[in-house]
Amino acid sequence: MVSIKRRAFLKGSITTGVLSVAIGAGLLKPNVVLAAWPEDAFSKKSLADALAALGASGAAESGDIKIKAPDIAENGAVVPITVSTSISGVEKISVMVEKNPQPLAANFELSSKCEGFISTRIKMGKTSDVIAVVQAGGKTFTAKKTVKVTIGGCGG
Amino acid sequence: MAKNSIKIKAKNKGGKTEVKALVKHVMETGLRKDKKSGKKIPAHYIKEVKCEHNDSVVFTANWGVAVSKNPYLSFKFTGGAKGDSIKISWVDNKGDTDSRSAKVK
Repeated sequence: MVSIKRRAFLKGSITTGVLSVAIGAGLLKPNVVLAAWPEDAFSKKSLADALAALGASGAAESGDIKIKAPDIAENGAVVPITVSTSISGVEKISVMVEKNPQPLAANFELSSKCEGFISTRIKMGKTSDVIAVVQAGGKTFTAKKTVKVTIGGCGG
Repeated sequence: MAKNSIKIKAKNKGGKTEVKALVKHVMETGLRKDKKSGKKIPAHYIKEVKCEHNDSVVFTANWGVAVSKNPYLSFKFTGGAKGDSIKISWVDNKGDTDSRSAKVK
């Protein structure tokens, strides 16, 4: 456990240091730098594929995850979403919108110090289920909530 | 270039620190069309946001195009004290980047 933390810390500090220099010098392209960014999961067009790419397929629904989102969103371009969970040891929280062109909206990596809480604002193309995926201790839990959208946020 | 695009508020309460951040960014999806020319507006969005507390990464957000324009982000972590530094940095798909530090209040 200690060595893992140390490694993550070292990796983090080294990459930020090297990154800023490399970008400043124009040596590296961002897609090379961002190895951790789950390109595969973001590019998927269906919910099942995106879940699978995150290693989260066949997840159990959990009552310990709360999604705070409006029942009706007047403007789909700005939908506030808060996900909180009482599950301990949360490593990742992902927010998905089932009917968006690319269901995965955001993916958050939490360190051991973080609480199971994230809040952000997302876009929704139309009325859809919003799905929160929580990955903790090698297990995956999900919860969903339907949000009605009266004006879409994707396309014009 | 992106400058001063981040606003951070970090508050410590009862041993927990809550960080709230607002980033100024277009977050273009790549799906929208320009109404005049009918051409697609190319995607331009933040891919990764990194949050550091006293130089160690506590929280990373990987974003897709479905995060709203001028994104808002909030998270909580245990520990942290008044005067600690919180640094938030982002990188977008065009290689633009910005970072800003703030003190925990």
